[in-house]
Amino acid sequence: MKSGTRPSLVRRFWPLVALCLVVTAIVALGSLGNDELQVTITEMMIRLVVVVGIYLFIGNSGILSFGHIGFMCIGAYAAAWATVDPTWKQMMLTGLPDFLQNNQYGFLPAVAGGGLLAAFVALLLGSAIMRLSGIAGSIATFAFLAIVQSVYSNWESVTAATSSIIGVPTVVGPWVAWLFAIGALVLAYVFQISRFGLMLRASRDDEVAAKSSAVGIVKVRLIAFVVSAFIVGVAGALYAHFLGILTADTFYLSLTFVTLAMLVVGGVGSLTGAVTGVIVVTVVVEVLRHMEAGVAVGATNLHLPQGSQEIGLGIIMALVMIFRPSGLARGREVPWPFTPAARRAKVPAV
Amino acid sequence: MIGLLQNLVDAANLGSLYALAALGVGLLFGILRLVNFAHGDFISIGAYALIVPSFEVTAQLFIGEWNWALMIPTVTLIVVIVALISDALVFQPLRRASAPTLMIASFAVSYVIQNGILMIYGARPKAANLWSGLDTPILLGELRVPLLQIITIGVTLALMVALTLFLKQTRYGVMMRAAAEDFRMAQYLGVNGNFVIGLAFAISGILATAVSLLYLSQTGTLAPTMGVPLALFAFVATVIGGMGSLLGAVVGGFLVGFIVIMLQAYLPEDLRPFRDAFAFTFVILILLVRPSGIVPTRAFIERV
Repeated sequence: MKSGTRPSLVRRFWPLVALCLVVTAIVALGSLGNDELQVTITEMMIRLVVVVGIYLFIGNSGILSFGHIGFMCIGAYAAAWATVDPTWKQMMLTGLPDFLQNNQYGFLPAVAGGGLLAAFVALLLGSAIMRLSGIAGSIATFAFLAIVQSVYSNWESVTAATSSIIGVPTVVGPWVAWLFAIGALVLAYVFQISRFGLMLRASRDDEVAAKSSAVGIVKVRLIAFVVSAFIVGVAGALYAHFLGILTADTFYLSLTFVTLAMLVVGGVGSLTGAVTGVIVVTVVVEVLRHMEAGVAVGATNLHLPQGSQEIGLGIIMALVMIFRPSGLARGREVPWPFTPAARRAKVPAV
Repeated sequence: MIGLLQNLVDAANLGSLYALAALGVGLLFGILRLVNFAHGDFISIGAYALIVPSFEVTAQLFIGEWNWALMIPTVTLIVVIVALISDALVFQPLRRASAPTLMIASFAVSYVIQNGILMIYGARPKAANLWSGLDTPILLGELRVPLLQIITIGVTLALMVALTLFLKQTRYGVMMRAAAEDFRMAQYLGVNGNFVIGLAFAISGILATAVSLLYLSQTGTLAPTMGVPLALFAFVATVIGGMGSLLGAVVGGFLVGFIVIMLQAYLPEDLRPFRDAFAFTFVILILLVRPSGIVPTRAFIERV
């Protein structure tokens, strides 16, 4: 924050308000379109929740995490355990505890349960690994992802292993997902401007200086890790109730890549970057997907070969990293639009 | 007793593959601070280069059918070229980037290569028969050891000796070690940075090719993501051994091979599917207890 007078409440929350408006506008416009567009918009909102959740940790702490999709997996399965029809669970998921096996819960408790279980796992894992910085920390999160993958794709009596969980009620549409997206944005922004957020950002920028200013680095990192795992776990629960069917390999390297690509393309340093990344990458992937499906030109159907979508995304990500390393948003939030042009240059980036 | 010996031979065999892969990863990390996710995909490329591009389920060998004296250099050349191209296109422009940025960039390279393979060869795993004559078991007393395992261990040892000689005895090897010690200082003293890094990519390509040929002839299957588990275990090995230390990478590779085989052999039946989970838990434990690994190097100690 700049020195001098404290900015007014409206101005402090302006970036959040602006981002919420943009997201709302996208969903409102999308809800006018056809079914296919609705599905795209829903998925985009769910990914927004994931990416905002990941951003809350990576963006503020500066530690790269490859493990968050593991939390998404945990959240998704936990929610599915709650909402799937008990007769199916008694047949297939014999290892579930009684309260899950014999009962069926509503959507909201299931989502909350998914988020909480992910947060709890994050608390356990985080209390161990949050003192690792840099590459050691990143590799530890990667190991976590591999552990989750190994457990969930092999634990026959609880996750149905390779024969997937079916019959999760598909109750998540664009507006439900939108609601959670707004919630995630608010949570992430409030965290970011809270004292924990500021302390964590200080430790990201200069670990030694932050330590000597009495910032308990491990503690603030752990708080961010748990909150971000909660958001990502909730997103997993949403995803389960969007897909209707769950297999563990949905939550592995591909999804890790796509979500990290979104964060990097938009810029890891700001919430605006996270949102920008989700929007831009979704648009690019959709365009490529349509081109893969083919465009009719006269009598012939021109189309890109299978896999162009992924390759295109990889190339775009590499280009952004090379030519705009701090991402499209350059680590800044949406600027206050009413600053006189002459003064604008002096307003520092948060 | 004989069962234990058999397991130890299996462990040495698997450990050899992991050690070779870990050397490739460790070499680049030492010089560039790059944790190269794409190393696994270099391995996949080495395997796919052997067959005729098609979507068929049974792979038709092409280069793989040639006499080995011609086939091995050709495949190696292909993998080395891919490694050098990825350096030139992606990593060279990112020379000043931070370690996490490089890590994400290599993740992107890996993703592009995997989907490139998928685009040309299809997504389904393929069966391929490379050097099937080498399966014949050799009897050492009561121990039955497939010839292929002996070759794997032998090739690994030979490559390690060759790499050591190269690094210790030749001019370029000395340059590479200097660059790994202190990259900027080495540059001031007249080492060409890009050349040394290119050399490191080339050598890591050679090591990846060795892994792909040995691995393919043992498993007989090709899949676009076949290199991923190998690369994951290679990271594990480099972390356990000590990031940036080549000796550590080798020690770590054999240790991981040993752990995996022993877990496979002695875990109770119902826990066996979770073998990898145990192996990766072990990694996190090592990171916590000894973050700089078994053979610590100066490179990885984060300075205050």
